[in-house]
Amino acid sequence: MKLTSGWTWIKIYTLLIYVWMFTPIVAVVLLSFNPQQFGSFPMEGFSFRWYAKLAGNATILGAFKNSLVLGSLTAVLTTAIGIPAAMAFVRYQFPGKETLNTLLLTPIMIPEVVLGVALLIFIRWLQQPKSFALLLIGHVVLTLPYVLLVVQARLVGIKKEYEEAAQTLGASPFQTFRSITFPLLAPAIFAGMLFSFTISFDDVTATLFWATAQNQTVPVKIFGMLRNSISPEINALGTVMIVLTVSIPLLAGYLSRRFARGNGA
Amino acid sequence: MENTVGKKDKDPKFVHFRGIVKRFGSVTAVEKMDLDIPEGSLVTLLGPSGCGKTTLLRMLAGLEEPTDGDIFVNGKRINDTPIHQRNLGMIFQNYALFPHKSIFDNVAFGLKYRSMPRAQIKEKVKRALEMVRLPGVENRKPAQLSGGQQQRIALARAIVIEPDVLLMDEPLSALDENLREDMRREVDNLQRMLGVTTIFVTHDQREALSMSDKIVVMRDGLTLQEGAPEEVYNRPANHFVADFLGHSNFLPGEIVDQDEENIRVKIETGDVLLAKQRGAWKKGDAVEIVVRAQRFEVHRKKDFAPDEGMNHFAGRIKDRSYMGGEVSYFIELPSEREIHVISMMRTHTYDYGDDVSVQVSPYHCHLITAE
Repeated sequence: MKLTSGWTWIKIYTLLIYVWMFTPIVAVVLLSFNPQQFGSFPMEGFSFRWYAKLAGNATILGAFKNSLVLGSLTAVLTTAIGIPAAMAFVRYQFPGKETLNTLLLTPIMIPEVVLGVALLIFIRWLQQPKSFALLLIGHVVLTLPYVLLVVQARLVGIKKEYEEAAQTLGASPFQTFRSITFPLLAPAIFAGMLFSFTISFDDVTATLFWATAQNQTVPVKIFGMLRNSISPEINALGTVMIVLTVSIPLLAGYLSRRFARGNGA
Repeated sequence: MENTVGKKDKDPKFVHFRGIVKRFGSVTAVEKMDLDIPEGSLVTLLGPSGCGKTTLLRMLAGLEEPTDGDIFVNGKRINDTPIHQRNLGMIFQNYALFPHKSIFDNVAFGLKYRSMPRAQIKEKVKRALEMVRLPGVENRKPAQLSGGQQQRIALARAIVIEPDVLLMDEPLSALDENLREDMRREVDNLQRMLGVTTIFVTHDQREALSMSDKIVVMRDGLTLQEGAPEEVYNRPANHFVADFLGHSNFLPGEIVDQDEENIRVKIETGDVLLAKQRGAWKKGDAVEIVVRAQRFEVHRKKDFAPDEGMNHFAGRIKDRSYMGGEVSYFIELPSEREIHVISMMRTHTYDYGDDVSVQVSPYHCHLITAE
């Protein structure tokens, strides 16, 4: 009996935590459909007014385009750097390997403010202006650790014998990578790309330091809009962001599981 | 597969290791090894784990680089030839079939890099699958096959490229007991049929004894003995080889006398045993007499009469285990040394504490230097 009541309390407690976590998000989503200028509950009616307004807002659309381009390029670039790096760390021995690996993973632990300022100072020192390239480099630094971790974990699980067998059968190292390692690694590469896209798409703190007026991303734009007024448009924009950042990883997870099953790996 | 057909003389040094050394940091895996593998033969590298046998194989395949020494295949030094140009078929302990490829693509993998028309590849894959007795599985994935079947596909994948040498790294150890016996015979038959020079790495003495033309016994990166299975089993060169292969008894003693026929060795019990004269020993040498557990005959002590020219001594049954086809006895000698005897079941079995007489022919007493 006592055990049962204990469990009941834990259940209630857990539920409260979830309510506390998700209420603000649910409020944003609900209010984005509120036709009134100043949102309050209970809602009076239901409309897509703010979505329509959002679709007509050129600066927001511009920011959206910026975010998509930046996120995609970050994903591609980070993966292109991350795969060979992960291969080197898992498959080869070289001096300073552990140190280098730890160094590449540090962006996860360093506060983004520090990272943001550091890269900015570095660019000043090089006497270069802030640019899209700077933003891109910054996002690659931010997301590389995640790609490295995901790809390394998968690579450890791929037996070295597959690659060795391929080579004894006559495949050159590059052919071995293309026909054996890469296909077996694909789910992790895919997951890593989506990770870096989502992180890039979502980032505010560091991006605030790096973005110029021309290449503001959506989160930075929202931040800017909030300083002037609280427009219900932001609720609509927030909802779009939530849908994107939640559904993309979910989709990725689903696809990679399906893919993995098809492989028998 | 036809690469040995039509040649009259088989090269006794088809694969030739010269002064091979391999160190991993401060650990020496292979120490100054010389080894010749005759063309078309099946040679087994036998030894406990860590003896360097796998490292030697991997150096031949190109998967490890020797620290020192040279490796030749068919007269050509291959140290600097990259792995994928060596044309060697390797079979791994855990099969290493590509999990994302169909059986056809697995077996055809090596042929793809040998610029061959599609139709010919198809034909060769089909033939290879027939050879390993798994026709018609082309469209399956490796995960859909059992362990034994997977190993056969691995075999097909390695032989279809017609390798100069077939390398097998403990290929049967992941299989269960019954399957292992079948696969062993199959590998053996296939090797004989194709006549492909094969190097087989194992720690299983039965595999080594039953299939090899030559066994190389290794320990700590050194060759302890190489020779035909009968030679290595019946005339072990040292204590380790005698102990590693089969159930051996070691009776330490000293040579007291010898003639053309026999060598007389005094053992700790005071008994003097005869060993067949086989080599260069001299009076006073400290030796061990090696006797296989199966070679002793056990008799009841009270009605024992030794046969002419046989060695015999007394003992007491200390322990016995019934094994079905045979009985395994541990017999204590007056010197408190125990000997292990495996006796094929005859009419009588002995019990704990029975006083017995043990008889063995000088022919089965093999001498090695005491270590």
